[in-house]
Amino acid sequence: MKAWLVALHAIVLREAMRFLQNRGRFLSALVRPLVWLVIFAAGFRAALGLSITPPYQTYITYEVYIVPGLCAMIQLFNGMQSSLSLVYDQEMGSMRLLLTSPRPRWWLLFCKLMAGVAVSLLQVYAFLGIAALMGIKMPAMGYVYVLPALVLSGLMLGALGLLISSTIRQLENFAGVMNFVIFPMFFLSTALYPLWKMAEASRLLRDICAVNPFTHAVELIRFALYAQFNGWALLWVGTGAVAFFLLALLGYDPARGLMRRKG
Amino acid sequence: MTRTPALCVSNVSLSYGARRALDDVSFALDRGRFCALLGPNGAGKSTLFSLLTRLLVTREGRIEVAGFDLARDPRAALARIGVVFQQPTLDLDTTVMRNMRYFAALHGMAGREATARIDAALERLNMRERAGEKVRALNGGHRRRMEIARALIHAPEVLLLDEPTVGLDTAARRSITAHVHDLAAEGLSVLWATHLVDEIEPSDEVVVLHRGRVLRQASAAEIAGEGDLIDAFIEMTGGNDEAAA
Repeated sequence: MKAWLVALHAIVLREAMRFLQNRGRFLSALVRPLVWLVIFAAGFRAALGLSITPPYQTYITYEVYIVPGLCAMIQLFNGMQSSLSLVYDQEMGSMRLLLTSPRPRWWLLFCKLMAGVAVSLLQVYAFLGIAALMGIKMPAMGYVYVLPALVLSGLMLGALGLLISSTIRQLENFAGVMNFVIFPMFFLSTALYPLWKMAEASRLLRDICAVNPFTHAVELIRFALYAQFNGWALLWVGTGAVAFFLLALLGYDPARGLMRRKG
Repeated sequence: MTRTPALCVSNVSLSYGARRALDDVSFALDRGRFCALLGPNGAGKSTLFSLLTRLLVTREGRIEVAGFDLARDPRAALARIGVVFQQPTLDLDTTVMRNMRYFAALHGMAGREATARIDAALERLNMRERAGEKVRALNGGHRRRMEIARALIHAPEVLLLDEPTVGLDTAARRSITAHVHDLAAEGLSVLWATHLVDEIEPSDEVVVLHRGRVLRQASAAEIAGEGDLIDAFIEMTGGNDEAAA
């Protein structure tokens, strides 16, 4: 078991070092949600009236509403970035090094997932810190309770990225997938507007939002930030994480997956 | 008493759709031998390497590494293999030592044990003084030596090298080839895939692979007979310019 943990530590450390050394990636990971928070939220504050819905117990500003969605957005982008880096690793060959080590393949891929989650946690907490400096503060315990929620949502979104990477042959194909995954997932969720608001526009869109796993990741994070538990969201996100991971394992199965298609 | 071969490939076949990439491939690599897997481009060498390292699996045939069935006991088999892929697998922006540590950790080694093994492996390839350098600063030959040293950290019984001299200049090629022959002389079992016959010494074992089939396994001297190995190889494979080094 010690050998397994040594591998986990090395893979997480390698990914974290690569992220921290790449200042451009760190900066863009922070700037993206801050642009949404500062510019988009300012514009929409007047347009969107928000009623009091759980976990909120009072009226909140729009900036406060979208913070959990932006945390999840960071993780969504990070999951896709990890996926991109996996495709790069496949092209560059370092994935071969990983997959030929004498540990079970599911464990090696899980380590990769955990590495992505660790990187996303760095980004989310940096974002929450800046938001707090801007006056958008959560209850103190929320910053603690949100940690397991972020780990789980990070695992789900990372597993989705892993699944996508198992289906892509070349980096050039990646941009299209980003458009077909990130934007629909993000906009068809409760990241920017609550479900009841979406229902006013279209019940179909509301239903799609309700079954979007990303919606539940947002809600899991939202409730946790207010030190509250959302069992339904937990169930959705947990199920999504397991399902995406199992499908990704099929994609990386040497008998049927990526390496075979690559020849 | 007969010793288990370091590597035993029995009746292995693999198809990509309708195309037969490997067809009933069988050969054995004795312990402490340098065996060249000689074949022109497209012969199936890299596909065979993918099977030997379990990046691919096939239901047809059987592969054993030091007596461990790769299909039934993949972890035990993989733990006994050191691999140098044709394509470099290095983190260019980190140091040699950090690359080595990462690999050691994938094999479950950390701390002093990892340091000692890494030092020994680098020393074996005359690379110890480069440990603190960034990989990007190394030339092609040194990068390859580093990859070979890395493949030795966990003391494998079999070293697999898939065309390791591709892209290197003549001096670096000669140096790498000599280093690996030395490793075989020290007792390591080596499978060296190549299409260049000048990398093979007369006493080396040779498996000639062509169009996914093994044409012959014998020593280079036996295959060459009275003539040159290159002539014999070209005659067997029906002509191939690239075989000439």
